[in-house]
Amino acid sequence: MKNAVGREIPEVIPGIKNKRLYKGEFAYLPEKPGAARKIRVGIPHTNKVLASIDEAIEKTGLRDGQTISFHHHLRNGDFVMKMVVERIAAKGIKDIMIASSSLSPCHDFLIDYIKDGTITALESSGLRGDLGKYLTVNPQALKKPTIIRSHGGRARAIEAGELHIDVAFMGAPACDRFGNATGRQGKSAFGSMGYAMIDAAYADKVVLVTDNLVDGAVYPYSIPQIDVDYIVPVEAIGDPEGIASGAIRITKSPTQLLMAKYAAEIMEETGYLKQGFSLQLGSGGASLAAALFIREKMEKNDITGSFGIGGVTGVFSEMLKDGLFEVCYDAQTFDMTAVKSIAENPRHLEVSASFYANPWNASPIVNNLDVVILSATEVDLDFNVNVITDSNGVLMGASGGHSDAAAGAALSIIVVPLVRGRLPMIRDHVQNVVTPGESIDVIITDRGIAINPLRKDIMEKLKGSKLPIMTLAELQALAYEFVGKPEEVGLSQDDKDIVAVVEYRDGSILDVIRKPIAD
Amino acid sequence: MTDPKTKLRRTMMFVPGNSPKMINSADIYGADSLMFDIEDSIAVTEKDTARILVAQALKSIKFHSETVVRINHPTQTPFGMDDLKVILPSKPDLIRLPKVEDVSEVELVAKEIERVEKENGWPEGTINIISAIESVKGLYNVREICKHPRMVAIALGAEDFIANLKTQRTKTGIELYYVRSQILMAARDAEIQCMDTVFSDVKDMEGFEHEVSNSRDMGFDGKSVIHPKQITEVHRLYTPTDKQIAKALKVLDAYDDAQKNHKGVLAVDGKMIDGPIVVRAQRVVDQAIAAGVNVEEKRGLA
Repeated sequence: MKNAVGREIPEVIPGIKNKRLYKGEFAYLPEKPGAARKIRVGIPHTNKVLASIDEAIEKTGLRDGQTISFHHHLRNGDFVMKMVVERIAAKGIKDIMIASSSLSPCHDFLIDYIKDGTITALESSGLRGDLGKYLTVNPQALKKPTIIRSHGGRARAIEAGELHIDVAFMGAPACDRFGNATGRQGKSAFGSMGYAMIDAAYADKVVLVTDNLVDGAVYPYSIPQIDVDYIVPVEAIGDPEGIASGAIRITKSPTQLLMAKYAAEIMEETGYLKQGFSLQLGSGGASLAAALFIREKMEKNDITGSFGIGGVTGVFSEMLKDGLFEVCYDAQTFDMTAVKSIAENPRHLEVSASFYANPWNASPIVNNLDVVILSATEVDLDFNVNVITDSNGVLMGASGGHSDAAAGAALSIIVVPLVRGRLPMIRDHVQNVVTPGESIDVIITDRGIAINPLRKDIMEKLKGSKLPIMTLAELQALAYEFVGKPEEVGLSQDDKDIVAVVEYRDGSILDVIRKPIAD
Repeated sequence: MTDPKTKLRRTMMFVPGNSPKMINSADIYGADSLMFDIEDSIAVTEKDTARILVAQALKSIKFHSETVVRINHPTQTPFGMDDLKVILPSKPDLIRLPKVEDVSEVELVAKEIERVEKENGWPEGTINIISAIESVKGLYNVREICKHPRMVAIALGAEDFIANLKTQRTKTGIELYYVRSQILMAARDAEIQCMDTVFSDVKDMEGFEHEVSNSRDMGFDGKSVIHPKQITEVHRLYTPTDKQIAKALKVLDAYDDAQKNHKGVLAVDGKMIDGPIVVRAQRVVDQAIAAGVNVEEKRGLA
C-alpha cells in the first residue's frame, strides 16, 4: 500500500506490529492513554551503589527477550553500551533488544553480539559505520527490521507506550549517592541529558553508570534520584576525544559558505529574520556556517532573537552569551564550548527530547520555531529528504531531529550541494524518506535555490530577488549536465530483506529500507 | 555581444587548472572573469594534464563568467605554444599572457589565435588577450604592448615585479605605486582595461579592503582574486553607494534637461556641471547597473 509520500509499504512487515501508514504531518491523534510510569518503593537508607555491571544486571532481573536502552550523549566516545552488553552476553542472556537514542561507529562491536544471538533487535535514530553496513547486507541477522525514529518520535513512542524499556543503562558524567545526575560536571561531561531524561522517567528499572560518583550533592540535576534504582561506578564511561570536540568550527569550504550565505539571505528576504525570531541550526557544514551570516545581519540591523534550539554548538552558545538570543533550549550539547555554556550560562536551558520535539505533548518547543536550517544526504523532486541512507542504499546516517524541526518550523531550509563526488543530490525519488517534502520550504544548493510550490507566500516574497531561484527540476537538469543521471539502486523486494522501518514522528510508517542487490 | 574592451571585469578569479573540483565550482561565486591557470600554480610534471583538463572543462561546462586561460610563456618556456594548441580550440574568451616583456610575444600568440579562429570559422576577435606586466623590461614596453589590437586588458603581476625590483610587498604599496600608475596610463591611452595584482593573504580582509580601495581610486577596472571570499568584497567596493548613484542621476537629469531646453550653463546644487562631470556621472550609473543595482530606486536619495 502506498502512503502519503508515495512509498510502497508492505501490508505485513515481519516482526513489526505497527500498521499506521504515513498520512501527513499531523494526521494521527493519540487513541490510547500513554505509558504509565513504573511505581516502586524505595526502602529508607538503602545503598543504591553497586559493585559492578554484573550486579546491576542481576538486581534488575534482566532476562531473555527484554529491552534495554541507552542514550547517545557520549556519541562516538561511548563505553557504556559495550560494558553492559559484554556482561549480558557473559551471563548468557539472549534475545535482547537495544533501544538507543542513536548509534555511532563505536557501537560496531554489536555485530559480534548480533551474531551470537545476544542482541536480536535494534531501535535507534540512526545506524552507521560497520554496523550500518552489516545490517544493510544482512537484514535477517536481527529478528525484526530496525525501527528508525526521530528524537521527538522516540520520546513520543516511549511516552505513548509503543516503546517499553525494561532496563535503562544511562551513562552519567556526575551523580551523587542518591542518584541525582548531571551531564554538566566531570571528566566525561557532555552537557544536556535531554535524551536520557525520558528513558529515566519511563523505564521499569534505571541504572546509572558513572565515572564520577560525588560524595556530596549533585545540583542542578537532570535526572532525579526518584527515577534511579541503582548506580554503578566505573573507571570511565567514555573517551573524551569521542564525546565532544573542543569546539566545532565553522567550515572554510567556499561552497558551504556560499550556501550558508544564501540561507541567511533567504531568511532576510522572506521576512523571517526579524526582531524576536527563533532559530535552530544543524551542527555542521553550511547549516552551522549560516550562523556567521545570520549574526552579521542581526548585528547590522540591531535584531535580537527570542530563542534557539539545539543540538547546541559553541557557535550558538557564543551568540547566546553575546545577547543575540534570549534563551536556548538544549536537548543535546555538541562541543566543549557549549558544555561550558550550559554549565555556566543560566539562559542556556536543558530540556528533554519530549520538550524538544515530541509531537504528542501539548507544546514541544519545535512548534514555536521560526526557522530551521538542516542538511541532507539527498533530496528529491517532491522536496522529500533522506538523511539515513547513502546513494548506494547503505545505512550511514540518523534521523535525529530532522523531521521534528522541519515539521515545527515556519521556514524549513535544506542546504545540500547540487553534486557530491559524481552523484547528483536531487533525485527523482530519494533512496529513503526521513522528512516528508510537505515539511520542507526551501532547498538551497550551491548553484540555485528552489522554493516548495506549496509555499506561494515565500515565492511571492522572493519575486524580483537577485538570488538564483530555480525549480528543482531545473536544478536537477543542471546536475545531470555535470555528472549525468545515475542508475537506480536495485533493491530486494523480498519482505524478509527489509532492513529498517522509518517511522515518522507520529509513529506512522514513512518508509522501509530494503536491502540493495549487488549487480 | 558586450565589447570585450569595456565589459565589467571587477574580479578575475585564479583557478588552478589541475583541480577538477575547483574548476567545476569556479562559476558559482559570481566572479566577472575566471582565470584557469596552467602556468605558475602547476608543477612542470603536471603541465600536460592541466592543459587537457582546462580544455575539456571549457568544452563541456557552460560557464556564465568570462573564461580566461593563463598559459605558460610562449618563448621563455617550452610549454606556451603547446598550451595554445590544446587550449585555443576550446574557445576561451581570453588568453592571459604572463611575464610579457615585448609586443612581439603578443604578436606570436595573436597569430596563433587568428589561425585557430579562421580554421574554425569563428569571427575575428572571438578570442582576445590580456597580458601581465611582471618585470621592469615589460613595464618599459607597456605602451606598445597595450596598443596591440587583440589586447583588451593589461594586468600587473606584482610578485615577479617586486622580485625584479629587489624589494618586497609593503602595507602601503609604495613599491608598486610607480608601476601601477604607469600601466594604468598605458591602458587608458590604449583604451583598454587595467587589472590590479592579487592580494595573497586571504585572512587579512582589512588589508585587502585597503588595497582594493586604493587601486579602485587610482582608476583600476578590477582586481585579480585568489579566493571566493575576496569576490564579494571587491564587488562591494566597486559598487557605487546609494548617495553616489543618486547624485549621478541628478547630474544626468539636469544634463538631459539642459539639452532638451537648450540651456547654457548648467548647475546642480549650486555647483557648475561640465562635460567630464557628466561622463563621470554616467560611469557611476553604468557601474551601478552592471553591479545589479536598481538605480531608479536610488533617485532622490542625494
